[in-house]
Amino acid sequence: MSARIPRLAPGVRFRHDATRDAWVLLAPERLLLPDEIACAVLHEIDGVRDEAVIVDRLAEHYDAPRALIAGDVATLIDGLIADGVLRA
Amino acid sequence: MSSPAPPLALIAELTHRCPLACPYCSNPLELASASTELDTATWLRLIDEAAALGVLHLHLTGGEPMARRDLNDIIAHAHARGLYINLITAGVTLDAGRLALLREAGLDHIQLSFQDAEAEGGDHIGGLRGGHARKLAAARLIADSDIALTLNFVVHRANLERLEQMIALAEQLGAQRMEIAHTQYHGWAMRNRAALLPTAAQLDAANATVTQARARLAARLRIDYVVPDYFAEYPKACMGGWARNTLLVDPTGRAMPCHAAHGIPGMDWPRLRETSLGAAWRSAPFERFRGTGWMPEPCRSCERREIDWGGCRCQALALTGHAERTDPVCVKSPDHAMVAALAAAAGNDASATVPVAWQYRSAKPDPTTAR
Repeated sequence: MSARIPRLAPGVRFRHDATRDAWVLLAPERLLLPDEIACAVLHEIDGVRDEAVIVDRLAEHYDAPRALIAGDVATLIDGLIADGVLRA
Repeated sequence: MSSPAPPLALIAELTHRCPLACPYCSNPLELASASTELDTATWLRLIDEAAALGVLHLHLTGGEPMARRDLNDIIAHAHARGLYINLITAGVTLDAGRLALLREAGLDHIQLSFQDAEAEGGDHIGGLRGGHARKLAAARLIADSDIALTLNFVVHRANLERLEQMIALAEQLGAQRMEIAHTQYHGWAMRNRAALLPTAAQLDAANATVTQARARLAARLRIDYVVPDYFAEYPKACMGGWARNTLLVDPTGRAMPCHAAHGIPGMDWPRLRETSLGAAWRSAPFERFRGTGWMPEPCRSCERREIDWGGCRCQALALTGHAERTDPVCVKSPDHAMVAALAAAAGNDASATVPVAWQYRSAKPDPTTAR
């Protein structure tokens, strides 16, 4: 699983909303407000990095156990794929 | 009076011109002519104002928005302001060259309308021979691009028998999403209501079909389903509530909270040639039915008042003659009996399979059939 390369699905954008001072996911007829952890992962998704690299970078940045981060990231990516927001 | 939360979406009705003539068109009976449309500079200013106000989604619609020669300029400008851009089109004038230009300008999503699952019905309902085939070609082009594709189907008595084929078509064409919307009875659709209202049996079958398809398709093809008001227990929170998150600008530059609000008497709609989008959002006509303060009973004390927001003002007007009354779709409405009677009459109608005459949308409606 960790070799998959997540990317935003067609028609999905992740941007900062200055009016509400929040990061938002914009999709067809949908507005999603990702929480802090989801935002941290979404910022790492660039269509190039695979999941293992994303986990490495977040583990280093948050100085947290890699296994813990790996579980969170996998759950989050699975959820966003099921929701049609990400593809891998 | 506290300041309203900023809007999330702007619906830009760029034009009322359209090559199709659907008998349930959401445009008003009196269509705006090309000479009365806003110019490019005004639309670009409104986009600047929308982005500054906090709008995130821009919906470019019509009529047929592709009829505007400045469509690419409008999209490019909105993209530069960070807006998420959705184009709602009949698709009959879309080709590979135009699609590439739309993508380059920054278009994110296309909602492509279909009138039926097959050409005979589609061309008949849209009133354009060959239209369905052109839509199929457009859908294939979009599916091969990186623009998200939604297929929009308005369903009614004359096409509900083919709902399963519509879903199969969306699947086969590779759409990410589909909207199945029962006809909303305003304007043209109200005029043609007798020909469009589904039977109770059609409705039951449609609900079951959608439930099964959703379970089978899940995220592969998301289905948004708009149930028909007349058969419901509670009304829809129309537009998510009056002036809560969306504003609409018509081709002539009037700002309104929804497509049908132009029919409400006594409203001096802000004219955006002369005023800003922000001023329109805070104006008296937008305040008129915003929130819960305007509500009569039974809405005022109802536990659903911040779920349904009193339903649809335009529907209350169309059915009772008074925009401020509770939406008669609601079982608690004192006017609900008339809606129940309409639904029951449709359910008993044995003529459902007989082709019915309807009046197509046109620049000069037939006065003899005017309401």
